[in-house]
Amino acid sequence: MDSQVIANDPEETQSAHEHSPHLVHHYATMDQQVESASFGMWIFLLTEIMFFGGMFMAYLLYRNWYYDAFVAGSNLLSIQFGTAMTTILIVSSFTVAMGVFCSETRNRKGLVAALSLTLVLGISFLCMKGTEWHGIYVEHHVPGPNFSIETFVHPTDARDVPMSPDAAQHTQIFFFLYFALTGIHALHMVIGCSVLIFLLIRARQGAYTDGNPTMIHNFGLYWHFVDIVWIFLFPLLYLISRHPLK
Amino acid sequence: MSTPTLHKHHIIQPRLYLTILIVLLVLTATTTGVAFLDLGVLNPIVALAIACIKATLVILFFMHLRYSSKLLKLTLCAGLFTFTVLILLTLTDYMSRAWGLW
Repeated sequence: MDSQVIANDPEETQSAHEHSPHLVHHYATMDQQVESASFGMWIFLLTEIMFFGGMFMAYLLYRNWYYDAFVAGSNLLSIQFGTAMTTILIVSSFTVAMGVFCSETRNRKGLVAALSLTLVLGISFLCMKGTEWHGIYVEHHVPGPNFSIETFVHPTDARDVPMSPDAAQHTQIFFFLYFALTGIHALHMVIGCSVLIFLLIRARQGAYTDGNPTMIHNFGLYWHFVDIVWIFLFPLLYLISRHPLK
Repeated sequence: MSTPTLHKHHIIQPRLYLTILIVLLVLTATTTGVAFLDLGVLNPIVALAIACIKATLVILFFMHLRYSSKLLKLTLCAGLFTFTVLILLTLTDYMSRAWGLW
């Protein structure tokens, strides 16, 4: 059946005969090889959806249980900072996509430029994240023995309603989930940047622009996935609690 | 529009990537702007709806899923389905046990 289809497609017959140097022996065609690589990557991303999914689930649950504490915690984060980080990540997704294009069109310089830009943007994101974490640390809002409920019990802003010490303790759960979610996300970014450095070195030597862009494709899928996780973290952590329900 | 087949690898042009980038940035600005408006219960709904649109654009174009085989589309759908099961079943359990907290 398959051989019939191949025989009927003139293009396919041609490509089946000229063996690509990148074709590994256990695959019949290059298409099959490329498809398998993408499939494997998507399966991995599927497990990542479930990995982050558990934390998103916890966030959904505790935000409903300790709504006031989550609103108070979330309002301490800076929207401007969050928006800047989102913009950086979205632009970095674009540069990776351009890297995939350069890799497909065998443009070595373009690929190196796109990957370098992505690395710079990725590191900028991590620096901003670090700055934000430092701010929270200085304010004693890292959950644990040094956590301070002062800001929530005696708010300096007259518009904020003071919370009872009991309720204010629950802001620790918000900050715990904040650090878990952004921490695991940042870990993914660190891994992404490390892989990026490796890819950059190889790309400079001419790899991935020799007709086999699979590595860049799969790295792109990973980077875009990490971007998507942030696309959801941004509204959940920064945006949706600005106008709490009374 | 013709359906792209598995056998022809589709190269997305930079023009399309740029369009998607601009749309994503506009949506980011929109969602940030909307956060400053008091829409009551609609605030989280609008924010998450915009996030879903952004994620869909990234998946379809940046991640090439629109031009990928049915197998890959099915893989993503399986992931989203499993994620929905995770959320729905866990919520069903909590909402039917934790009396007083809901």
